Amino acid sequence: MKKFYNLESIAVVIDEINIDTDDIIPKQFLKTIQRSGLGKFLFYNRRYDSSNNKKDNFILNQSPWDSAEILITGSNFGCGSSREHAPWALLDFGIKCIIAPSFADIFYNNSIKNGLLPLTLSKNLINILSDYSLKKKYLKVSLLDQKIYYDDISLDFTIPNDIKERLLNGYDDVELTLQKGNLINLYEKKQYNEKSWKLVDNE
Amino acid sequence: MNNPKTLFDKVWENHIVGDLDSGQNIIYIDRHLVHEVTSPQAFEGLRIHNRKVRRPDLTLGVADHNVPTTSRNLGIESIKDKIARIQVETLEKNLAENNIEYIPLNSINQGIVHIIGPELGFTLPGTTIVCGDSHTSTHGAFGALAFGIGTSEVEHVLATQTLLQTKPKNMKIEINGTLGKNISSKDIILKIISQIGTSAGTGHVIEFMGSTIKKMSMEERMTICNMSIEAGAKAGMISPDIITLEYLKDKKFSPKNKKWDRATQEWKKLYSDENAFFNTSYNINVDKLKPMVTWGTSPEDGISINEAIPNPSDFENSEKEKSMNKSLEYMGLTPGTKMTDVSIQKVFIGSCTNGRIEDLRSASSVIKGKKVAKNLHAIVVPGSGLVKKIAEEEGIQDIFLDAGFEWRDPGCSMCLGMNPDQLENQERCASTSNRNFEGRQGRGGRTHLVSPATAAACAIAGTFVDVSEGW
Ligand code: SF4
Repeated sequence: MKKFYNLESIAVVIDEINIDTDDIIPKQFLKTIQRSGLGKFLFYNRRYDSSNNKKDNFILNQSPWDSAEILITGSNFGCGSSREHAPWALLDFGIKCIIAPSFADIFYNNSIKNGLLPLTLSKNLINILSDYSLKKKYLKVSLLDQKIYYDDISLDFTIPNDIKERLLNGYDDVELTLQKGNLINLYEKKQYNEKSWKLVDNE
Repeated sequence: MNNPKTLFDKVWENHIVGDLDSGQNIIYIDRHLVHEVTSPQAFEGLRIHNRKVRRPDLTLGVADHNVPTTSRNLGIESIKDKIARIQVETLEKNLAENNIEYIPLNSINQGIVHIIGPELGFTLPGTTIVCGDSHTSTHGAFGALAFGIGTSEVEHVLATQTLLQTKPKNMKIEINGTLGKNISSKDIILKIISQIGTSAGTGHVIEFMGSTIKKMSMEERMTICNMSIEAGAKAGMISPDIITLEYLKDKKFSPKNKKWDRATQEWKKLYSDENAFFNTSYNINVDKLKPMVTWGTSPEDGISINEAIPNPSDFENSEKEKSMNKSLEYMGLTPGTKMTDVSIQKVFIGSCTNGRIEDLRSASSVIKGKKVAKNLHAIVVPGSGLVKKIAEEEGIQDIFLDAGFEWRDPGCSMCLGMNPDQLENQERCASTSNRNFEGRQGRGGRTHLVSPATAAACAIAGTFVDVSEGW
């Protein structure tokens, strides 16, 4: 996984609650067997009309918002389907950090597995950042300091320590777990001695 | 009792392999279900890192999302969409290369992953079950800890048979009372979500309990747990009992003979101790529950079917007001309209929420001898080959066909419309599925979530209709 570095960017604001993963990346793009190239289909139904023409009235089709690396949005972002295509599409489009009052669990997990930073902030603070961002001014996000800087001001955010470490170091979770392979072996041995019913009985 | 535990606590603790230095638990996974849409990149990841599948024997694969629901005689050749076909072929290839059992398209056992897991006894109480699919929560009806994961986590499970997790919180929802005629567990879960909202469950595992749950069949319990994810929960669970055991006995992959006896001894310990701690609790009485329907584009937009569409300006919370206005515009509805005055063009009966045999029994019982309304298109997509077979044996297929429904082959179908089964722009559908998001069933399509009995009655009436009265 890629490491997460400090970010400096304008932030695009989509002030809506419950944005679901069907909205972020519609089903017709889930047929791919690759992770890459999904950015062009991000928010497809909002960005393109049914004849495939770009809709100018959607903010992600407008400059400079189309180059924002930060997305500020409403609560329960990423609810619905478990499709990891959602963070893949956001990252491929260029979004590296999402700020919202809350995230759906699976989306949150999928994001950190891909180095996309989901930040939870109170609605009040989000309103302040949104107002500031509408002026097309840069935000700076430092994960190491757990701070967001705007103008000469900074505000703190919290993030679980293990997630911070993982993003900063770009850890490979599978590798970390495989290093604990002896524990898995032990667990399996004990489990299947005591509970052989747990094996799949295929007769 | 010392340190009373919830059902979830017990299953969780049984599966802790160890901890990472960061404090995250390594959780052992007993059962892994794999489908075509969320697995290709995971297998690709294994190949890139030269890693092997640790426990092919605990993994089961099936294609369901992308498969046609009309004639399957040609097997994979019957998938006309080239890209979809490549995805299913990739699944078949990945599973074969890794010695993982696969249920082919033309097998009687093929079906929606969350329907076949239980049906084949792959799903067992007290186990941990994952799948790259959010409705994995369905399997929690058996007292399993079952949850949906993303593709990176699919790869993690394939490589290590474990997941890195932080323990979620405990929530309980107690359901008491007796359901009226033609009211089902789908109405209960829609009611619950309309009350607690789609993010109430975030970070929690919900245990459903109470006298109503105790009386329910496994099918009904699965419908409830299936939609835990629509309440934002990590998983839903129900303590296993005699109904659970009767369902599982002699299923294809269930433990047999002595193993069955030992397993059932263990399963009897799977309940929440008295005084176990729940971070959050809710209670609901369903004596007076009416059939539910959603009017908007979030599963929390549920009302009784004989109510009128609420007015956004009645909501203090401006965010909710804004999102309601957006939903109503998309749905082409105005506040104050009675749902029973709204006409529909499509009816879809199927999905992992309501594609089981009891769902089809319940739907067929209200339409027997009646005809689908003019200009309305209604389809039934059984959740699996086995469901389809039983329905054909019981004469349920004939009831649907006589009424003018289409009778299809199993798959996800119009639940998400990845295959050709989709809504047209602005078409309105009474659907037994679980998500009414914008565009879910087809771009511009308008989805209203309902129970199987309601969907069937609506197909006859051509509008929304109260199936608890006079049906
Ligand atoms: S039936 Fe619908 S919700 Fe269930 S697994 Fe298939 S697409 Fe997902």
